[in-house]
Amino acid sequence: MTRGFTPKVVTASDLRRGDVVWLTADDRWTRDLREAELITEEAHAQLRLLHAQAQPLVVVGAYLAEARQGPEGPEPVHFREAFRARGPSNYPHGKQEVLRSRGA
Amino acid sequence: MYAYSDFDDAFVRARVAEFAGQVARRLDGSLTEEEFRPLRLMNGLYLQLHAYMLRVAIPYGTISPRQMRQLAHIADRWDRGYGHFTTRQNIQFNWPRLEDVPAILSALADVGMHAIQTSGNCVRNVTADHFAGAAADEIADPRPYAELLRQWSTDHPEFSFLPRKFKIAISGSPNDRAVTRAHDIGLRMVTQDGAPGFEVLVGGGLGRTPMLGHVIRDFLPEADLLPYVEAILSAYNEAGRRDNKYKARIKITVFEHGLDAFRATVEDRFAALRAVWPGVDPALWADIRAAFAPPAFRDGPTAAHEAAQRADPAYRAWASRNLAPHRHPGHVIVTVSLKAHGATPGDATADQMRALADIAEAWGYGELRISHEQNVILPHVRKADLPAVFAALTQAGLATANVDLISDIIACPGMDYCSLATARSIPIAQAIATHFRDAGLEGEIGPMKVKISGCINACGHHHVGHIGILGLERAGVETYQITLGGDHTETAAIGERVGPGFAGDEVVPAIDRLVRAYLALRLSPDETFIAAFRRLGAEPFRAALYDRAVRDAA
Ligand code: HEM
Ligand code: SF4
Repeated sequence: MTRGFTPKVVTASDLRRGDVVWLTADDRWTRDLREAELITEEAHAQLRLLHAQAQPLVVVGAYLAEARQGPEGPEPVHFREAFRARGPSNYPHGKQEVLRSRGA
Repeated sequence: MYAYSDFDDAFVRARVAEFAGQVARRLDGSLTEEEFRPLRLMNGLYLQLHAYMLRVAIPYGTISPRQMRQLAHIADRWDRGYGHFTTRQNIQFNWPRLEDVPAILSALADVGMHAIQTSGNCVRNVTADHFAGAAADEIADPRPYAELLRQWSTDHPEFSFLPRKFKIAISGSPNDRAVTRAHDIGLRMVTQDGAPGFEVLVGGGLGRTPMLGHVIRDFLPEADLLPYVEAILSAYNEAGRRDNKYKARIKITVFEHGLDAFRATVEDRFAALRAVWPGVDPALWADIRAAFAPPAFRDGPTAAHEAAQRADPAYRAWASRNLAPHRHPGHVIVTVSLKAHGATPGDATADQMRALADIAEAWGYGELRISHEQNVILPHVRKADLPAVFAALTQAGLATANVDLISDIIACPGMDYCSLATARSIPIAQAIATHFRDAGLEGEIGPMKVKISGCINACGHHHVGHIGILGLERAGVETYQITLGGDHTETAAIGERVGPGFAGDEVVPAIDRLVRAYLALRLSPDETFIAAFRRLGAEPFRAALYDRAVRDAA
């Protein structure tokens, strides 16, 4: 792990649906943060971000978001990322639907 | 109401076709995101936290039952079965897919609606008093002027790339229900020697530098409206700053140049424009005015209303809160609250939209309005029909009797949807509304304006709330700053910050202490919170907000 580098995931919005996606280690875009690749090396993070930004027909606005290792995979650090990973608090829409349908 | 001419229809359809082509080219890679972004914003399409968001204009808040049904159809077919009405008299759909947006815009065009100029550095949707054409205190219906401004500003070649967004609000009454002092231009109808005209305000705005508008002209004859507004925009277009987007609004231009110098530039330009201004085409103006003619009011007995008031406490509570005086005898204005306790302020389901359309057709002369306070208005209802209206609203879950009370909260989408947000707004609104309902205090507190924004942009008007709440981030948690003493009416004021912010779960207890202090300090139940605040100053209220011991002692 790079010194002073906090772990990150690559995240973006899906071009067509506009919803939140995360990059996996095997180059898929997932809708479940726990499947994302948790990146611990700064140089690797930059490469993965470039890889995301080179897919303008798939995603929009890719960036590195801070994350930490949890029991089931990466977890959000900042509350904004937690909301992105879950959906709005006033309706059961967004990612919480996907997670529920998987029985998580 | 105003119906599209062939010209309007062709214009909107051409825009839909153009945008459909732009979406197709984005999806096949011929347009990059950098190229596409400004194009989609010009058509009201944002990319938000969880999805795209489409903002549709409801010009001056006036909408027909047919249009309302179409919004319901769009919500069902392409969104999540609801829509969010905003303080700018727009509706936002929170979940459209990019490839569906051309079809949505086409469905809007079918009923004379669009999303043009709901974003971008242009003249935005002109907002108006939501009681326009109905209010007992009105000098004249401001909507014909708003429509004139809409036609003049739509796709205006000189004003499509202003330094920053530009918002105009217009009111036809001395009681300002359009927040004219918080707009780039505020127009207030006044009369001079019996002739109608406008008091013109300039340089108001909220956001990170809140300012109230200043009077740039105390009387503008109505015939001079367009050349004068054009003179203001032209002066701003030239003098407004383009180097710093936080200093680009006209409020900063006026502040930096001084009102007198800015006025001199405007008046010069106005003199030049007025000299060559042929005036509004009289036939066009007559058509616009005719489109806003009041319906043929039918008188009827009011006995049923009075009987229902005696018999039904729920009806009585609703009638005492949600009705306003109408200009025509035997009629009232009904405000339909979209603020059910615990619900999202401003949201309506597709079924509710259809119910509103049905009610307006059955008992409201076919008219509906959206208010900047995120409620729906039935502007013309016969007192004779009120019991039927109440029953139908109750069935649709739309009979909440809380207009102007502490639960009638304005809240922006905040971090539940907005990508610019620093904290959530909606859960705070929900918690305040349910708390004071459960405490049984709402009626006793009386008129109280709570307004909440999820970031410094102030879309929720927090600066002009009696209690303003601004969501921020401090050290990785949501934190809420409270301002007191704001006012959105003709006695407009910017609220003052009274101390440090609160964590999310401290907001309701703090406001509870504040409210109880007000109840203890007021001279009588007739002294509203804002009146008591003006009499006593901020100090006793500040003390209550921050005195965490007060509640334990009480
Ligand atoms: C999609 C989410 C939104 C974005 C990106 C957005 C963006 C902004 C920004 C950047 C400002 C500050 C402008 C400035 O200070 O120059 C602003 C102000 C404002 N917005 Fe929004 N807004 C959004 C949603 C809304 C909603 C939902 C409403 C209505 C409830 C609204 C109504 C307003 C109002 C009333 C102001 C303050 C008045 C002023 O322009 O000074 N906005 N908005
Ligand atoms: S105030 Fe901020 S959080 Fe709320 S809608 Fe406006 S930009 Fe978004």
